[in-house]
Amino acid sequence: MNQELHTTTIEPPRGLLNLNWTELWHYRELLWFLSWRDIKIKYKQTLLGFLWAIIVPLVNMVIFGTIFGGVAGIEAYGLNSYLSYLAVLVPWHYFANSLTMSSQSMVQNSEMLTKIYFPRLFSPMSALISNLVDLVIGIGILLVAMAVFGVLPAATAIFLPLWILIVMLTALGTGLFFSALNVRYRDVRHMIPFLVQIWMYVTVLFPFGKILARWGMKGYICAINPMVGAVEGFRWLLMHNAMTNPATAQPFSQVLLLNAIGAPVLVTMLLVGLYYFKRTERVFADIV
Amino acid sequence: MSKSIAIDIEALGKRYRLGETVDLARNFRETLMGLPRYFKHKAARATKRLAQQISGAAEAGAAARRDEFWALQDINLQIAEGEVIGIIGRNGAGKSTLLKILSRITPPTTGRAQITGRLSSLLEVGTGFHPELTGRENIFLNGAILGMRKAEITRKFDEIVAFAETEKFLDTPVKRYSSGMRVRLAFAVAAHLEPEILVIDEVIAVGDFDFQIKCIRRMQHLANEGRTVLFVSHNMGVLRHFCRTGVVLVQGRVAFVGPIEDAVDRYVSSAHADHHEDIDLTAHPNRLPGAKPVFTKMRTLVEGRPGTITSMGGPIDFEVDYESPRPLRGFRIGVIIRDLNEQVIVNFSPSHQCPDKLNEAPAKGTIRCHIPAFNLMAGTYRVEIGCADNDGELDRIPDVSEMTIIEKDVFGTGRIPNQHHGIIYLPSQWSTSWETAWTPCRL
Repeated sequence: MNQELHTTTIEPPRGLLNLNWTELWHYRELLWFLSWRDIKIKYKQTLLGFLWAIIVPLVNMVIFGTIFGGVAGIEAYGLNSYLSYLAVLVPWHYFANSLTMSSQSMVQNSEMLTKIYFPRLFSPMSALISNLVDLVIGIGILLVAMAVFGVLPAATAIFLPLWILIVMLTALGTGLFFSALNVRYRDVRHMIPFLVQIWMYVTVLFPFGKILARWGMKGYICAINPMVGAVEGFRWLLMHNAMTNPATAQPFSQVLLLNAIGAPVLVTMLLVGLYYFKRTERVFADIV
Repeated sequence: MSKSIAIDIEALGKRYRLGETVDLARNFRETLMGLPRYFKHKAARATKRLAQQISGAAEAGAAARRDEFWALQDINLQIAEGEVIGIIGRNGAGKSTLLKILSRITPPTTGRAQITGRLSSLLEVGTGFHPELTGRENIFLNGAILGMRKAEITRKFDEIVAFAETEKFLDTPVKRYSSGMRVRLAFAVAAHLEPEILVIDEVIAVGDFDFQIKCIRRMQHLANEGRTVLFVSHNMGVLRHFCRTGVVLVQGRVAFVGPIEDAVDRYVSSAHADHHEDIDLTAHPNRLPGAKPVFTKMRTLVEGRPGTITSMGGPIDFEVDYESPRPLRGFRIGVIIRDLNEQVIVNFSPSHQCPDKLNEAPAKGTIRCHIPAFNLMAGTYRVEIGCADNDGELDRIPDVSEMTIIEKDVFGTGRIPNQHHGIIYLPSQWSTSWETAWTPCRL
């Protein structure tokens, strides 16, 4: 009755990753629908709604800028410390929210997973996509804050999407891993807030320039955390033309090196996450 | 043109490891605590295998594999395009597992299945409904989850809404819907899928009477359009009505494939055959937490033989053994029959008919309840038993067993009342003013 009839073969799973790209493409609309659902329900029955996407980074900016910038005197490349912290907190919040949400996604969607087939990857992936709305709002606030402090965004800001992609992929690798682990062990739910908190401190607290000044080349070890390269890149792309003092300005080569160190780690995280996810995927419906 | 094969199943099997499904450790601590046992188990297995190799005993292998459970084994089936096939079997026979494999929710352990065309399953309506979203939003979300394209949903949107009869509440969050409205909306979306292959698992009985008829018509319409339909139901009447072919599953294997009438007969006789024993109630999994285990055994007799499947109107006996540390003063007992929607159909208790019969019950005994004519419509029912004495409630086991009633031409007219005519049927006498001498219609 229909034009071409698609043939599906159901067999015991084998192979390491076996990603079915055609199938992912075929179901692409569903990924959009799941993301759209996550966006819709995120702020349902809240008084302030989307304002939360503005409040959280702003409050954090004030805390970090005042305590670490003002009291502890940590300053980055001669930038205003409020601005400098907001620039790394915006991508960081995107990462933290995406990781938290995606690691919960499989368990939260368990009712669907045990009844309907769809590419399971979409469940954690939709969390990444839906959080992009908050990221865009965050970048908007960042631009407003820059205007307030009289800093013009650098032209290199057009490369921001590339660094957003790095953040997304880091969140995807870890999110896939933890969402699958969460299906087996609900401990993950209690573990994630800890992990996110510790990860935040090692990522956003000290600008890399400070680490380099203190530890020298050994400081580059911290770049095995791909998020360091990501947030440093984020800040540099937007604000490097405000680093006017040549003595403290961050050279682009430093940003590149950080990301070069982080890249293989990122790829490994992605592969491990994907592998573990695909492996657990087979038994999701039986053990969730 | 010869009909092509829509579903080709070859040597399909699904194994569950006991413990993987039942008591899988859900946190690290439990896993860690379980490790010594795990290794001990592994070691025991290895020793057994070694012993087996040395002695060459085949028996040992079977013993070593006792912790495995094959939900499906060696299933071979070819379902032609356009066939409407009913899958029959007792609970645990593997029906759901088969449907889950075909709808790719869980993978098989062995064998393969080849599916030609789009397959949609209605394993349960309303999957993916989100309470915070409005009716309109949920139609789109649910449609997409069930595999519809956005354009397709947009095209059928009005039809879906009209079918569900929820026009006025389209922009209300679904959490404010009544359960009936929710079910209607969910079914409406599912009923407008147009896959080549449709898998239906017990979704017919939703909503009120009028809506049920509408659902049945819609399903029939889909089937008549040449779609392949796989249908799982406990309702033999619906299966007979819908399907041409039946597949009987017994303990994970295909026991019979053939015309639906024969399949139903086969199912009934197999159910008689494997249901000799009493149900042991001493450690029944469904016992209400906190109940005092007084019931020890239960038997169901249909037409005088042990079994849980019978024709409409047949006699049924429930026999319950109990044991208590002391004699029971003011003993009361009840057998409750519910339908699959948890609706109580009837309650049998001596408390109304012979209130004093059990007043001085000994510490141990057997009580039998005989029902001369079990006038329920064809379908599956749940049985619950409970008891109490002067000190209060003692024991209660909801879902202690299941009863299946099969269609029968009870009035001898070829017109069989079914669930759309009510829950029970009662013989009635009819007479008219224009007939001489008020002749009653036969009983």
